[in-house]
Amino acid sequence: MAKKPAAVIGVGQTHHRAKREDVSMAGLCREAMDRALADAGMTLDEIDAIVVGKAPDLFEGVMMPELYLAEALGAAGKPLLRVHTAGSVGGSTAIVASSLVQSGVHKKVLTVAFEKQSESNAMWALSVPVPFVMPVHAGAGGYFAPHVRSYIRRSGAPTHIGAIVAAKDRTNALKNPYAHLREERTVDMVLASQMLWDPIRYEETCPSSDGACALVIVDEDVAKSSPNPAWIHGTVMRSEPTTAAERDQVNPQAGRDAAAALWKQAGITSPIDEIDAAEVYVPFSWFEPMWLENLGFAAEGEGWKLTEAGETAMTGRIPFNASGGVLSSNPIGASGMLRFAEAALQVRGAAGEHQVDGARKALGHAYGGGSQFFAMWVVGAEKPTN
Amino acid sequence: MSRTLSAPVTVAFDYTRSVGPVLGRFLTGLRDGRLVGARLADGRVACPPPEFDPVSHQAPTEFVDLAGTGTVTSWTWVSEPVAGQPFDRPFAFALITLDGADTPLLHAVDVSSADEISTGMRVRPRWGAERAGVITDLVFEPDSGTAAPASAPTGTDDVTGIITPISLDYTYAASPEESAFYRGLAEGRILGQRCPKCQKVYVPPRPACPTDGVPTSEEVELSDTGTVTTFCIVNVPFLGQRIAPPYVSAYILLDGADIALQHLILDIPVEEIRMGLRVKAVWKPREEWGTTIENISHFAPTGEPDADYDTYKHHL
Repeated sequence: MAKKPAAVIGVGQTHHRAKREDVSMAGLCREAMDRALADAGMTLDEIDAIVVGKAPDLFEGVMMPELYLAEALGAAGKPLLRVHTAGSVGGSTAIVASSLVQSGVHKKVLTVAFEKQSESNAMWALSVPVPFVMPVHAGAGGYFAPHVRSYIRRSGAPTHIGAIVAAKDRTNALKNPYAHLREERTVDMVLASQMLWDPIRYEETCPSSDGACALVIVDEDVAKSSPNPAWIHGTVMRSEPTTAAERDQVNPQAGRDAAAALWKQAGITSPIDEIDAAEVYVPFSWFEPMWLENLGFAAEGEGWKLTEAGETAMTGRIPFNASGGVLSSNPIGASGMLRFAEAALQVRGAAGEHQVDGARKALGHAYGGGSQFFAMWVVGAEKPTN
Repeated sequence: MSRTLSAPVTVAFDYTRSVGPVLGRFLTGLRDGRLVGARLADGRVACPPPEFDPVSHQAPTEFVDLAGTGTVTSWTWVSEPVAGQPFDRPFAFALITLDGADTPLLHAVDVSSADEISTGMRVRPRWGAERAGVITDLVFEPDSGTAAPASAPTGTDDVTGIITPISLDYTYAASPEESAFYRGLAEGRILGQRCPKCQKVYVPPRPACPTDGVPTSEEVELSDTGTVTTFCIVNVPFLGQRIAPPYVSAYILLDGADIALQHLILDIPVEEIRMGLRVKAVWKPREEWGTTIENISHFAPTGEPDADYDTYKHHL
């Protein structure tokens, strides 16, 4: 059965900071939601349904926060869904919201994703010791660092590639008024920073942020009211087991399968030539070359060459994270939706100083867990023809 | 003997909760010995005030000081109080509609038996002497005669946050397959199991092979030597960490296994640790053994030549 066309007509996000002590979780969500509604020229009363996403509840210590948030999110009397797929949740939440429109169930859906990391400590929350098991775990960085080492070995990449990514994303963030870290970084500064989880350095690591992101997703009729809708050309989610024997931890099958399905849905045959801007979930700098390969922008083992040649910079062949990306702002639950939102801003020509010139098609991408959940979409300035 | 091993786990954290301007106003009131409500768009007064008006969706802006006395609109008897509740003796939880408010507040009423509380009963606040701007700064009691006024507040800054200690006690249960592995360790043996479908040897064994969904079954005793496939050096300290950094967390592919195990590498300078390094388990003294992977203190180099990359590259 064919999907109905759907488009993003409202985008909102908070000013992301280490600690947003001025607002509660509800206030944080409403800051993003109110901006998305204002952008869409809509009020909360006009919204048909609300879809909320966030990462593990242990981060804020509130079980099922959607229950207490329902009233503040304006969901009283409306369908309210909560989505959870670890770090990819912002992306999968946007996809669930868009599917409610594409299926014809609703015409106007508001989706919001958030994290208030300052209410606890994510390293602690991700490293709770399990009985009988060796307590060598050290948060997300400790989990991903060995796989980054594997990528470097498999690809033969020079060891400064990660620093190139970090310097680029941090410098891009200077053009994004909402970014958490807005400090220029050079490759040398990144290389000089402390090794936290060797081979991952301090400056190659995402910050811990409080923040939220919201989108208004509508059907074709409602989208007519918008001067610049971002049309959804394809959405895909895939998952895989974290610890299967001989699982490819560097170039996960689920990510490759998701990308292949996404390009097919969006009618894209050469992603590097047809995607103008990519907002890709890169919480540790080395994931840029890894995902360049996983997404099919480069052949296996070749992703780092695009990074090294500057092709992922704002003026390159495939700009990655013009917004500064996860390396500059990481409200975990919202981080994936921010990638989807920034892709929409690019094709709407609404990205401000970090606008990629003439962007017509953009990728939003998120991954989560031990690289076991993937969510991605392609948005375009034109209504899809397929 | 039980088929499965279990052990207690406590997950505890003192969450730092920022409350925002509306709840901050309410909590500042409590700290000052006052109950503060807010007028809603439909004219009603709500205490506690909602962060966002359910009708207008806007944050309330008109706040109302309430007398504090009120009427019980419903209640339940707590005959066996648990840790963290307002009293360590039986008490009532009640919905109390404060005078001047239109919505009820949930709070505790200090009465000694269920016979002493009823719907429609009048109650008044009894304020704590030291108040922090939290809901436990007061309890309610039957309103009979003159109430003691609240003592002077202990602070003047607006309340912007509260600390919410949360502690959850679990019993962690290992699967039957993992339990066999941990019991093997208690005898100094490393017992993997083979998946009957894909034939891969899992260590620890699994209640469900991630590829085939069936339990691993055929027991395979593994060597305590293996190859480091990949690793990271943890230099970062964090809350709850059990091993002092720096330490090397490595994936070790035991000889005969099809999946690597995570463990520590010691007895070699950190900068000499490499992919392909051949290592052997260093066991703790037998009298310290239990049903845990920690019977192996760490892994140390065997001195053999490094494993060829082709022998482990499909495990990266």
